[in-house]
Amino acid sequence: MAHQLNVFLADRPGRLERLTAVLAERGINIRAITIAGSEGYGVAKLLVDRPEEAQEALHREGFSVHLKDVLAVVMDDRPGGLHAVCAALGKKGVNIEDAYGFVVKDRELAVLVMEVEREPEAEGILREAGFSIMGDQELYGL
Amino acid sequence: MRDEKDGFWNPEVELMGAEDIRRLQLERLKGVLQRCKNSPFYRRWFRDAGFDPDAVRTLEDLRSLPPMDKDTLRSVEPWEFLTVPREDIVRMHSSSGTTGRATVIFHTWKDIQAWTELGARCLYMTGVRRSDVFQNMMGYGLFTGGLGFHYAAERLGAMVIPSGSGNSKRQIYLMREFGTTVIHVIPSYALYLLDVFREMGLDPRRDTRLRIALVGAEPHTESLRRRLEEAYGFKAYNSYGLSEMSGPGVAFECPFQEGMHVWEDAFILEVLDPRTLEPVPEGEEGELVFTTLHREGMPLLRYRTRDLAFVYPGRCRCGREHRRISRIKGRSDDMFIVKGVNIFPMQVEKVLLETVGVGTNYQIVLDMVGSREEMRVRVEVTDEIWHGDVRELQSLQKRITAALRDEILVTPIVELVEPGSLPKGEGKAVRVVDRRVDLGGE
Repeated sequence: MAHQLNVFLADRPGRLERLTAVLAERGINIRAITIAGSEGYGVAKLLVDRPEEAQEALHREGFSVHLKDVLAVVMDDRPGGLHAVCAALGKKGVNIEDAYGFVVKDRELAVLVMEVEREPEAEGILREAGFSIMGDQELYGL
Repeated sequence: MRDEKDGFWNPEVELMGAEDIRRLQLERLKGVLQRCKNSPFYRRWFRDAGFDPDAVRTLEDLRSLPPMDKDTLRSVEPWEFLTVPREDIVRMHSSSGTTGRATVIFHTWKDIQAWTELGARCLYMTGVRRSDVFQNMMGYGLFTGGLGFHYAAERLGAMVIPSGSGNSKRQIYLMREFGTTVIHVIPSYALYLLDVFREMGLDPRRDTRLRIALVGAEPHTESLRRRLEEAYGFKAYNSYGLSEMSGPGVAFECPFQEGMHVWEDAFILEVLDPRTLEPVPEGEEGELVFTTLHREGMPLLRYRTRDLAFVYPGRCRCGREHRRISRIKGRSDDMFIVKGVNIFPMQVEKVLLETVGVGTNYQIVLDMVGSREEMRVRVEVTDEIWHGDVRELQSLQKRITAALRDEILVTPIVELVEPGSLPKGEGKAVRVVDRRVDLGGE
C-alpha cells in the first residue's frame, strides 16, 4: 500500500517554507503536492519518495502529520483516461474522498492518486476493470 | 481486623456527627496554634495581624487571622514555616513552579502517616479492598498524585502496580497481565487510553477486570465521567486535593457520587467570597479555604486555594456528615468577563477535553472590534486530535464552537493552530491574552 503525508498547516507566511526546508535538508524528493485551504488553516498532501522518514522528520519539527493510505492508478494520458477510472468506481458506488493526478510521461502515462473509502474493495474493482495499481516502491521511485 | 462489610475504614471518625466534628476541630486547632508558635514565620504572621493564638475559644475566632495564599508561601524561605527541627522532616513535595518560586511542603514521618491514612479512607470508601490490584497511573516524584495514593493503597492492603504515567501499551499490558481492578488516573488520559485499547483490538469492558477508577488532578465534567464509566464498565470517583494540603485525599466521593466529602477531622473548610473574604451561605459558590489540623511539620492556616466550588446542603445518604463540595468550577484569580458573562479558562479546558478527547494546549484572546468584544479560542491541532482528514478539521472547529457556546454562553471564534505554536504553562497570564484594554487606550 502506498502512502502520502497529510500535514496540518496554519495559514500564515513561512509555514510551507519550513515544511519544504525540512524535506530538502534530508534530501527527500517531493513527487506531487496539493494544498487544500480553509478558514485560517490548510492541509498539505505530499507524495514523497521516503514517506516514513519524512513523517518522522516533520513530527520531530513539531508538525502534526499523518501517513494516509492512497491508491495510485495508472492511466493513459489521453482524453477519457480519468473518466474511465471514475466510471469503474462510480458504477460500484465507491466514493473518492480526495484525489490529484499528474503526468509521468507526456501523452502516454499519468497517475491518479486517491484517498477512497473501502480501500481494498476499490483496488479490486479497478484491477478487475483492467487498471494497474502502482506498488509503493514503484510510485515513490517515479 | 477491619470489618469489610460496613464500608468505613475509620467508622468512628467517618460517622462522627456534625457537632462532634466541630468540637474535634476546635480541640485540634488549639493544638495547631500552639505548635505554630515554634515557627518563625507564624510568630511574625500572628504579631503582624495582632492575633493571639491563646485567645482562640471558638472556630470563628480563627477568622481574625488573615488568609494566606501561594504568594505568602513564596514570600519567605520555606524552612521558616517549620514547627519542628529540620531533621524531623522526612520528605518534601513541590508544586510545578513554572511561574515564580516553587512552593514547597515539608512532611514529618507522622505527616506522611496521617496523609496515607486519609488516602486509605478515600479508597476504602469507594470500595477498594485488600484483594484489589491497584494500578497507579499518576506521575511519581515531586507531584503528589503518585506517591500519595501509592502508600494509601498499600496501607489498605491492595497490591500496587506503580506504573506511573505514560507508556499506554504497557499500561494495558499490565492491566491484563496482573488483573488490575482499580486505577488511579487523570481523566484525559483515561479517555486517550480508550483509543489505544481500540487500536489494539481490545475492549476494556471485556478484556480487563477494572471495576473502580479514581479520577483527579484535572477538571472534568459529569458527562465525561459517565462516558468513561460506560466505556470501561467501572465506577469513576472524583478526587480533590492540592499539594499545599498534602495532595490527594482532601475530599473524595462516596458511592453516591454526589459531591466530595471533605475530611473535616483533618481540615477546617471555609467557603469565602473571594473579594470580601466573608463566608458565603451554604450552597453558594465561593473560594475554598483550608486549615490543616493534622499536619505537624508545616501546618497551613486559612490557605486560599483559589478553587471555586459550593458546599452541598443537607446530609449525604451514606451517613457521613463530613460536608461535601461540588466539582471545581474554576479558579477565582482566572476569571474574565466577555459581553457581561463571567468565564473561566477551566470551562474552555473542560469543553476541549470533552469534544476532542484529549487535553490540548489552548489560548484565549480577547479583542475589541469597534465597540464589539470578540473572543477567540486558539486550539493546537496535535496528532492526537487530528487523524489526517481535511473534513475532520472543519467538523472539529464546528463541534468546539458549538460546545463552547453551550458552556460559556458566548460564541467564540475557534482558530486551529499548529502544535507547539502556543505558549505552554499554567495560569491566566499565559492562557488569556486580553487586548481589549490596550486597544482602547489614548
